[in-house]
Amino acid sequence: MIRLEDVTKRFPGGQEALKNLTMSVDKGEMVFVTGHSGAGKSTLLRLIALIERPTSGQVIVDGRNTRRVTRRKIPAYRRQIGMVFQDHKLLYDRSVFDNVGLPLVIAGVSRRDAARKVRAALDQVGLLQKEKRNPETLSTGEQQRVGIARAIVSRPKLLIADEPTGNLDPDLSLEVMRIFRRFNEVGVTLLIASHDIALIDQLGCRRIPLENGTVKVEEDDDFIDDYAHEAAVDFERQPWR
Amino acid sequence: MALTRNTEAFVPAKPTGPVTRWALRHVATSVGALGRLVRQPFASLMTILVIAVTLALPAAMHLVIKNAQSLSGNWDSALDFSLYLKPGTSTEDAARLAELIRQRADVQAVTRISSEEALEEFKLQSGFGSALDHLSENPLPHTIVVRPAGRNTEQSMALMQEELGNLPETDFVQADTDWVQRFHAILDMLERAIAIGAGLLGAAIVVIIGNTIRLDIQNRREEIEVTKLIGASNGFVRRPFLYSGLWYGLGGGVLALVLVAYGMFALKAPVGRLAGLYDSSFSILSLSFEESLLTIGTGVALGLAGSWLAVARHLRRIEPR
Repeated sequence: MIRLEDVTKRFPGGQEALKNLTMSVDKGEMVFVTGHSGAGKSTLLRLIALIERPTSGQVIVDGRNTRRVTRRKIPAYRRQIGMVFQDHKLLYDRSVFDNVGLPLVIAGVSRRDAARKVRAALDQVGLLQKEKRNPETLSTGEQQRVGIARAIVSRPKLLIADEPTGNLDPDLSLEVMRIFRRFNEVGVTLLIASHDIALIDQLGCRRIPLENGTVKVEEDDDFIDDYAHEAAVDFERQPWR
Repeated sequence: MALTRNTEAFVPAKPTGPVTRWALRHVATSVGALGRLVRQPFASLMTILVIAVTLALPAAMHLVIKNAQSLSGNWDSALDFSLYLKPGTSTEDAARLAELIRQRADVQAVTRISSEEALEEFKLQSGFGSALDHLSENPLPHTIVVRPAGRNTEQSMALMQEELGNLPETDFVQADTDWVQRFHAILDMLERAIAIGAGLLGAAIVVIIGNTIRLDIQNRREEIEVTKLIGASNGFVRRPFLYSGLWYGLGGGVLALVLVAYGMFALKAPVGRLAGLYDSSFSILSLSFEESLLTIGTGVALGLAGSWLAVARHLRRIEPR
């Protein structure tokens, strides 16, 4: 589903976010990208979402080389992918229902179909009762679930999430991960950037650990403690802000 | 569709052909944009008022010129022709000719001044008095003053002047239209000046709307980024702003007509009184249907142009980070 071949991303300042990264995610997999902040997790997801372009190397998504996705075709490309963000990126001038329905409005789905799909998506994240509320009146966990509902409302085959549990306490994080798990069970491919190692271990999914922009060879267990420390630091920095 | 918070939400039901779907989407977007303006009534009204005043100014000036033209048109057809007959034409021939002209359909009245009467009048008015008694013969010709009928146009007046000039007894025809023509030339010049002013004001409207839309884009920057992030095309993001510009222009055009109509209403009574004092049937002209449409159309076109400029300049630069 996702294949990166020898990808390097260098920013104008000369700083290298990704260095000769090669990795892949199969169809139907649920994979976590882990690593310190600055290890290149976000950059990786941004390359897949075409928010950034690689300096060199190939990014292939669903059999399509993103190099061939021109500027004009980016919107249609992004509509194929569900995206979840640490800071939700909801719009606070409209209801939960309208937030979740936005991708359908963009795609020009008819009103009746849209309403049905929005309710189905809200049902899946357990927020059917709150469709008329303004997202501002919801808790952080609920807001994140609205963001997830929006990401899956057009039934994408691929869902990418950048620190989806970054702002959540452990119980809510587990709840969000369970929701992701259920999508995975119905065939959605998921690529999730997270540093919550304990949580990931609980789920037993494959991990791609990044360090300094490339895949790190995993050695022992005590790096988990390192990550626990890093998680706290990351939480403070909120890299997506 | 009610103008609630959710107006931008969804295209109405019933899946139909792609053209209908496209049209419905535009209707939904335009209503959504209108809803946005209605939700900020004060700010929107201010913008619309500025546009209305800017549009009403040239429209009102145009009306002043138009009324002046129609007024001078009245004078034009009220002008008399003086028909000087050839020397040696007998008094009987002059009387017969006067009678002939009187029977024309496009003539209202005819006054005949015989050469004797003219000489008497000249003696009285010139002050030469008895000096003129020494003339062996009367140097003045017979004159027929022709007052054309009121319904004559400029063309039919010119034609009549030519026909009267071609009569065998006529020496020459004089119509004192010079000053009317000068007046028309002044009006033409003023009209040109107004057109130039209107062009400048139009540019001002483009700038005003462009700036309003630019601020709107800045205020909704986050929303634009998010919608682009989840797959909105540039067209999708652009549409509501273009419709805002359209609504501003339309609102401004309609309000401009209201302002002009109010001005006309306020002027009607004093103009009527003035016309009454001059025994004139002149009544003030308002904007015609076409002119009203043109005013509104200009507002809409300038609104679209302004928002298009703002959108082309500022929207492209907003990309998700």
